[in-house]
Amino acid sequence: MRESTIMKIHYGTALGAVALVAVHILMRLTQSFAESLEYTNVIANYQFLPYAGMLEIILILLSIHGFNGLRVILLELKQGPRYEKAVSYGCVAAMMGLIAYGSRTIIMVNMGML
Amino acid sequence: MTQVPSIAEEKPTTSLSSPKTATLRIARFNPEKDSERKFMEFNIPYQRWTTVLEAILEVKKHFDHSVAVRYSCRQATCGSCGMIINGKPRLACFTKISELESDVVTVEPMNNFPIIRDLAVRFERLFESHHKIKPYLINDDSEISSNEKEFLQTPEEVEQYIQFSNCIKCGLCNSACPTMATDSSFVGPQALAQAYRYVADSRDKGKDSRLKIIDESHGIWRCHFAGSCSQVCPKGVDPAMGIQFLRGYLLGFRS
Repeated sequence: MRESTIMKIHYGTALGAVALVAVHILMRLTQSFAESLEYTNVIANYQFLPYAGMLEIILILLSIHGFNGLRVILLELKQGPRYEKAVSYGCVAAMMGLIAYGSRTIIMVNMGML
Repeated sequence: MTQVPSIAEEKPTTSLSSPKTATLRIARFNPEKDSERKFMEFNIPYQRWTTVLEAILEVKKHFDHSVAVRYSCRQATCGSCGMIINGKPRLACFTKISELESDVVTVEPMNNFPIIRDLAVRFERLFESHHKIKPYLINDDSEISSNEKEFLQTPEEVEQYIQFSNCIKCGLCNSACPTMATDSSFVGPQALAQAYRYVADSRDKGKDSRLKIIDESHGIWRCHFAGSCSQVCPKGVDPAMGIQFLRGYLLGFRS
């Protein structure tokens, strides 16, 4: 993939994440901080599919943006074909791992496993 | 009747200032022999107009001829005498000691360049990057074969790139660039500014090939827009602006 395409995705995910995190914070303001962290409320959030979907999208956007940012930092720290390939594939793998782990929570709640 | 004094009798209206003395600290380092950089100090008399290069040449003439320094035109045209002067990348021939407002002048080789010896550095990386971006007009038509006598440009079209054609390849921008310090593969502000110079030229048809060259993992996207390249350019070129314009092409804001 061309670097400009990657950076377009990088900037796009940042803008998308800012918008959705703002919605997320506004949703949190509907109740007190302590209340929003209560077990039943957290489970209820995950079971409300539109909200759970938004959290999933935030997770994907931030994972893509964050791990690409990490890739860029690591590429600037050290250079070399093998190192750069390892960094790129490593970041993609870590990004997919994080998305899978975060999605697992939402899926488990909705399957009644939590 | 008043007598007009002859030229020889005229008294000067402004008195010449007596020379002051500055301490010139020159970084000495030979990578083949030395393990670390050392500084040698010389007391140099200077006038209001004395440049740092003149002071260094004074040292070479009267104190230590082994000081390695690259210079040529002495008028900020050849771009040979770039060095770090009191912590900032500058041209030694274009920097007066009096404007530094310090009695101590420290000269070091440019950052982000391999040192040959003392103040002389290798320019291979800069020239390779410069060559990589195809620093020439790409156009199948030539002024000879075209029906037009010459490729005419409006003043507005010239305005798009003219400041970037002032680049003298002195390397000060690359020396000031923080990304160049860590990323040994980064193409650098000098080459990127020159890429913009040709991309913005209405006579040039090589935009796509140049954008492809700089659109790689160590290309234009590694610029953090610190702007230090533009701060230090002795010719008033603004590489940071050129880089942002190039990004505009790649992001689709410019065509």
